[in-house]
Amino acid sequence: MSQQAESMALSAEIQQRIQRQRMLDRAFRAVTMFFALLVLVILGAIIISLVEGSLPALKKFGWNFLTTERWNPVTEVFGARAPIYGTLMTSAIAMIVGIPVSFGIAIFLTELAPEWLKRPMGTAIELLAGIPSIIYGIWGLFVFAPFLQRNIQPLLIAVFEDVPVLNTFFAGPPYGIGILTAGLILGIMVLPFITSVTRDVFETVPALLKESAYGLGATTWEVVWQIVIPYTRVGLVGGIMLGLGRALGETMAVTFVIGNAHRISPSILAPGTTISASIANEFTEAVGDIYTSALVALGLLLFVITFTVLAMAKIMLIRMQRNAGTRT
Amino acid sequence: MTLYERRKMKNRIALAASGVAALIGLFWLVAILGTLLVNGVSALSLTLFTESTPAPGNAGGLINAIFGSAVMSLFGILIGTPVGILAGTYLAEYGKSNPLASVVRFINDILLSAPSIIIGLFVYELMVVPMGHFSAWAGTVALSLIVIPVVLRTTEDMLNLVPDSLREAAAGLGAPKWQVVSHVVYRAARSGIVTGILLSVARVSGETAPLLFTALNNQFWSTDMNAPMANLPVVIFQFALSPYEDWRNLAWAGALLITVTILVLNIAARLLTARPSARQ
Repeated sequence: MSQQAESMALSAEIQQRIQRQRMLDRAFRAVTMFFALLVLVILGAIIISLVEGSLPALKKFGWNFLTTERWNPVTEVFGARAPIYGTLMTSAIAMIVGIPVSFGIAIFLTELAPEWLKRPMGTAIELLAGIPSIIYGIWGLFVFAPFLQRNIQPLLIAVFEDVPVLNTFFAGPPYGIGILTAGLILGIMVLPFITSVTRDVFETVPALLKESAYGLGATTWEVVWQIVIPYTRVGLVGGIMLGLGRALGETMAVTFVIGNAHRISPSILAPGTTISASIANEFTEAVGDIYTSALVALGLLLFVITFTVLAMAKIMLIRMQRNAGTRT
Repeated sequence: MTLYERRKMKNRIALAASGVAALIGLFWLVAILGTLLVNGVSALSLTLFTESTPAPGNAGGLINAIFGSAVMSLFGILIGTPVGILAGTYLAEYGKSNPLASVVRFINDILLSAPSIIIGLFVYELMVVPMGHFSAWAGTVALSLIVIPVVLRTTEDMLNLVPDSLREAAAGLGAPKWQVVSHVVYRAARSGIVTGILLSVARVSGETAPLLFTALNNQFWSTDMNAPMANLPVVIFQFALSPYEDWRNLAWAGALLITVTILVLNIAARLLTARPSARQ
């Protein structure tokens, strides 16, 4: 009799313990979910605060904000055209020089390099991504820009002097700092990002496919060009977009070498500005609500642009991953 | 030239070009680190660690900036890491295939690459405007917002590497899920999670843009978290763009300090993850 009572008491205690653990389980799940949701809250808060901060400027200038070139703190007329131009132009230059080099490095790492070299070489390229942007800036200002000014830019000006169209792109004087310099530095900065995605997607190509091509007598280059690149196309575009997203939003390195001039020059040797550089240079000095608000509006614009580009990159990479499982 | 020779030639040119590309990549790393060493080492001195940032034309050091960077990074990590780890836990343990987790994962990856100056603007609107002044706390919050996506991403990746058989074994012994995760999965993934934290420290210690209009700068020694605080990146930014020789030298010294710190952290993080996988 007493034994039965004892076991009933025991099972009641066990029941209680199970209840408690169930509750703890639910609590644990709820806590982790709360912090996961916090990520979405942060994004929402960023969007709301940027929109709110830019309302005064957007109300005052409307759509003209996007098309006006003037940026005059004294008369309080602000237009984003020059920074938008600078952002797009520097990023375009970065992509033109960055993509071929990144692809070259990725091909070298996946198809050419001997096993012992792959890891240290890959690490070295990834360390480029670890160097903070301000270091690129200070190096760009004191080493790279003077080098371009003395050696490269006079050459460009001389070579393209008599070529129509191109001579307006490379019109003199060689300032050293400017759109081209900023674009080239961005080109270096995006290397590790594009390279790492490119290398990863190259490695998803089934060995069977490559070996079949080799078996048919294809050269290494033909395998890369006709098998690897077509197979990984979506992923490659994703990687490029990821690099582009970085280039568009890059701030400190560009701020050092862009020259911060709110105008659009046909020559890419001339100083200009980008969205991020304008904010970094002027925000703490901005007096008056409209000035500050115009800079926040630039921030909103940058956020919308980079968000779109990065989201597209992400979607492409996800699609690539899914395909990698199904295609052979 | 026969077709065969032409193909071989093309192959050789293309492969040589990719080798050259690899060299170009390495060249920049060497060029940047070399410049830093040359300019930074000559500017190094003990006063860097004993004196605060000087007025133009005076001798001085960077101790206030080093202190500020360390304190703000530390608090940024302390705030950001738990958030990142717990959110990453949700994605890996509960969110393998639910839509909420997919959305969070997607958004987090975007925040990971989003321009850090946007974070600066956001925290300015969020904290500096209501408080009415710049402060080290605002800088700390801005840095923690950069830490979260990095830690979240690495935590999820590392938890996914823990074999399910470990979870099943623990569950089979009657451990409830929260114990499975906290006693078994976290331990198995510990070095990976630490790697994520190290990487986020590396990322944060060089960030300039989010601090420009949150922590701002302070020429003097200050430990007041409610006041503007000096920090290495912003000091480098201001000093490098100044016309004064002394300031520029300090900027180079600061740049060298930051870069060495970051490279050491990066390499340490790599060694930490490389070892267990080599053992397996």
